[in-house]
Amino acid sequence: MRITQGCFSFLPDLTDEQISAQLDYCLGRDWALGIEYTYDPHPRNTYWEMWGPPMFDLRDAKGVMIELAACRAAHPEAYIRINAFESARGFETVMMSFIVNRPAAEPRIDMTRTEVDGRSLRYTHTVAA
Amino acid sequence: MNDAPPAGTIDLRAEYERSGIREMLDELDRELVGLVPVKRRVRETAALLLVDRARHALGLVNETPTLHMSFTGNPGTGKTTVARKMAGLLHRLGYVRKGHLVSVTRDDLVGQYIGHTAPRTKEVLKRAMGGVLFIDEAYYLHRPDNERDYGQEAIEILLQVMENNRDDLVVILAGYADRMERFFQSNPGFRSRIAHHIAFPDYTEEELNRIAVLALQKLGYRLSPAAEDVMERYIALRRNQPHFANARSVRNALDRARLRQADRLFTRSAGPVNAAALSTIEAEDLAASRVFEGGLGIGPASPAVSRHSEELSP
Repeated sequence: MRITQGCFSFLPDLTDEQISAQLDYCLGRDWALGIEYTYDPHPRNTYWEMWGPPMFDLRDAKGVMIELAACRAAHPEAYIRINAFESARGFETVMMSFIVNRPAAEPRIDMTRTEVDGRSLRYTHTVAA
Repeated sequence: MNDAPPAGTIDLRAEYERSGIREMLDELDRELVGLVPVKRRVRETAALLLVDRARHALGLVNETPTLHMSFTGNPGTGKTTVARKMAGLLHRLGYVRKGHLVSVTRDDLVGQYIGHTAPRTKEVLKRAMGGVLFIDEAYYLHRPDNERDYGQEAIEILLQVMENNRDDLVVILAGYADRMERFFQSNPGFRSRIAHHIAFPDYTEEELNRIAVLALQKLGYRLSPAAEDVMERYIALRRNQPHFANARSVRNALDRARLRQADRLFTRSAGPVNAAALSTIEAEDLAASRVFEGGLGIGPASPAVSRHSEELSP
C-alpha cells in the first residue's frame, strides 16, 4: 500500500532530476536539508532515523544527492525522506518534507475499528508483516 | 534578434558578449594590478572554454573538459582573488552551476584521528559542489616523511571526486611553485587531472606602489608627496627581506601606517583636525617602520625573537 505523507506523495515518484530541482528550491531559500530513513511506515511513526546530521551550508543540490545515493545504497529497502528546515526566527520548523525512496513492495496497513461508548468509533492501524 | 546566425553556425562574438565574460575579464583587468601573464592565461582559458562550449553546442564533443587548475606563485600574488574571479567566469560559461568559492587548507580536509578524515573531506566536497574548491598550500596534504599520514586519505577522495564529479565542481590547487612541483611528482594522479597550470609572478616595485596607492584610495586615504617617496623606499627594502608576501605585505604595512597616523593625530594634534589631515598618511607614519632599520627577523644585526612576529610588529 502506497504511503502518502509529506509533499508530492500522491504524485508518481520523483526522478532524481526532479528531486534535485526541489532541493535547489530549498537551498535557494536557505533551508537546511536533512535525510531520514525508516523501516516502519506506520503513520504515527514520526521519528525516523537520521542519515548523518542535517546539511546547513550547502549551495548546490549535488551535495544532498551524494548523501542520498549513499543512504539508498545502505538502505535500498527503506523509506527515505528529505526534510527542509527553516531556521529563521518565527518559523524554526520543517518547511517541506518529501519521500524520495520506497521499498519495492510496500507493506499493507490495516485499520481496525473498535466501537466504544455506544456508537463511538476508535481507529487503530497496524502494519501488516 | 534579427541577426541570428544561420543554422549550424555559432557567433562567438555574440556568445562572448552575452555570457558576460567580457565584463568579468575587464573587471579582472581593472581590479588587479600587473599579473600580465596570469590575465593572459585567464583570457586564453576563457576563450578555450567558450570555443569548447560552441563545439559542444554543435555536437562536435560530448566530454566535459577537465577544468581543474593549479595556481602557483609566492604568497600575496593574488591567487585567491583570481580563483574567485575564475569561479565567476566558469559560472557564466555554465561550467559550474553556482559559482561560489570554497577556500580550504589541509586543516579543513584532514582529520586528527583515524576515520576522521573521510567525513571531513566529504563534508568540504559537498559544500563545494556546484562551485570551485580552492585548496591553498595543497602540498601540505602530502607528508612524504610519514606514510601513515591521514593526508593520503584526503588525496585519494579528492582524486576520485575530481574524476567522477567533473560536472559538479572544479578544484584549484594553489601554493609555492617549487613545492607544488614536488607535490605533483609524488602524486602523479593530480598532475594528470589538472589541465591548466597558471604561474603567478611576483609584483615589480612599480606595481606594488600602484597597489599601495589603490588600496589607500579604497579606504579613503592618500599619501603625502613625501610619504610617496618613503613608500617607494619601503617597498624596495621590504622586498629583499624575509617573509615578503607581495601585496599582502604592502597591505599590512599600510594598516600599520594608518595605526601610526591615528596615534599621531590623537596625541599630537592641538585643536580640531580637518578632513585632509584625517585622510593623509605622512612620511613619518611610514618611516617609523622597522624595515628601515635594517630589517625584520633574519638578518645579521637583528634579534631572532622577531623572526615570526613580522606582520604584527610595529
